Amino acid sequence: MSNALTATDLHYAYPDGQVALTGVSFTVSPGERLALLGPNGAGKTTLAHHLNGIRRGNRGWVEVGDLRLDDGTVAEIRRRVGLVFQNADDQLFMPTVGQDVAFGPANLGIAGEHLEKVVTEALAAVGAEELVPRVPHHLSGGERRKVALATVLAMEPSVLVLDEPTSGLDPAGRRELIEVLETLPMAQLVITHDLPFALELCDRTLIMDGGRIVADGETAEILGDEALLKMHRLEMP
Amino acid sequence: MGVGHAHALYVHEHSIIHRLPPETKVLGVLLFVAAIAVTPREAIWAFAIYAAIEVVVVISARVPFTFVLSRLLTVVPFVLFALFLPMIGEGKDVVFVGIPLSSEGVWSMWNILAKSVLGATASILLAASTEVPDIVRGFGRLRVPAVITGIASFMIRYLEVIAGELTRMRTAMVARGYDPRWLSQARPIASSAGTLFVRSYERGERVYDAMLSRGYTGEMPAIDSHTTSAGEWAVALFLPLVAIGTAVTAFVTL
Repeated sequence: MSNALTATDLHYAYPDGQVALTGVSFTVSPGERLALLGPNGAGKTTLAHHLNGIRRGNRGWVEVGDLRLDDGTVAEIRRRVGLVFQNADDQLFMPTVGQDVAFGPANLGIAGEHLEKVVTEALAAVGAEELVPRVPHHLSGGERRKVALATVLAMEPSVLVLDEPTSGLDPAGRRELIEVLETLPMAQLVITHDLPFALELCDRTLIMDGGRIVADGETAEILGDEALLKMHRLEMP
Repeated sequence: MGVGHAHALYVHEHSIIHRLPPETKVLGVLLFVAAIAVTPREAIWAFAIYAAIEVVVVISARVPFTFVLSRLLTVVPFVLFALFLPMIGEGKDVVFVGIPLSSEGVWSMWNILAKSVLGATASILLAASTEVPDIVRGFGRLRVPAVITGIASFMIRYLEVIAGELTRMRTAMVARGYDPRWLSQARPIASSAGTLFVRSYERGERVYDAMLSRGYTGEMPAIDSHTTSAGEWAVALFLPLVAIGTAVTAFVTL
């Protein structure tokens, strides 16, 4: 059985010359929840943008299931890899929640009653069915995060990539998010600075620093290694 | 915060007017305003009919009259100059309480006042009975190009986000002792406008990334699949058609 996601030797430098990725390789198994930790500027968000092809590296490649990312497959890869952005105001760009959740599946050609059903199911999966007619600007932080997740779930991805999903959430919102993510069957890669969150949700953890993966192992083991954490500007509370 | 219907122009009600599909209301208002605009100014009775139609809509939409009147204040600056037309018009041929006035000027004043107040009332009623995203959706269903409705909906979505950013920047300046009184202190305001522009531009790029991530291919997808019944069109267009009939009659009988 193939991996849910494979990244092989990804390199990337921004147009201004700033180097962000210097040979990133890792795999995610189907259904696995994986935490990606690392200091600010380690390249975590840049890596996330590579996984569904909104950025393409100078070297290396990404495979999702049995499909390798290239010009011909990028549309299908974007459907399979659901990317939840750090800032929900960037993710939610349509006038209402319902239209926003419908945006992705509508791009896939889904329409009419089927579209309505997909939207309702995606919002139900995060426990936010009642938000359909609401305006994104008037949602609370926790509601925004759930809706942002629903917009991606509506495309039925096989891998979820979440960029700092707990930032700005109150403890109850964070708890609800954990509960939602635990019910989702697809593979999940969670970028976070919230180490207890990683420990609770993910069996495996990667640490990234200076554009490379510097540690890959069981979460409990990695988070127990104080020297390793300190070296990469991480700290358990 | 936390309420879906927070727009200042909207009156939350469940009237027959609120329930009509947005595109029927948008088209109805456009036709109604067009009828008002082309009506000859001498047909005073026609304007009375238009006003009566608006009163009917105000009552059936359960919008308070005071709400409409307070919103109408918006047109005051635009019609102020019309009040001077009788005094500055050519040929002072009538005298009103001792002031010589031009009858041509009086007609022009009437024309501007009547048409702007009636037209503004129509759009106030549209906004009061239709939420902003629905108005955009209405234009979309009327086959307005997706580029235009897209720009409008992004503007609506991000106006408050950007206004919030501006407020936070102002607060940050005030918190560090900035208290502008003189023109020479305007510099930080100018540079914050620049900062706001750059931030909005960067946000635009992130939003575009988010759109690409969900399969955007350069064209806004068709999300809206509602079909409007002939009955709904008939209800929405009945009064505008009465207005058009009035306008035509006014033309013919003059």
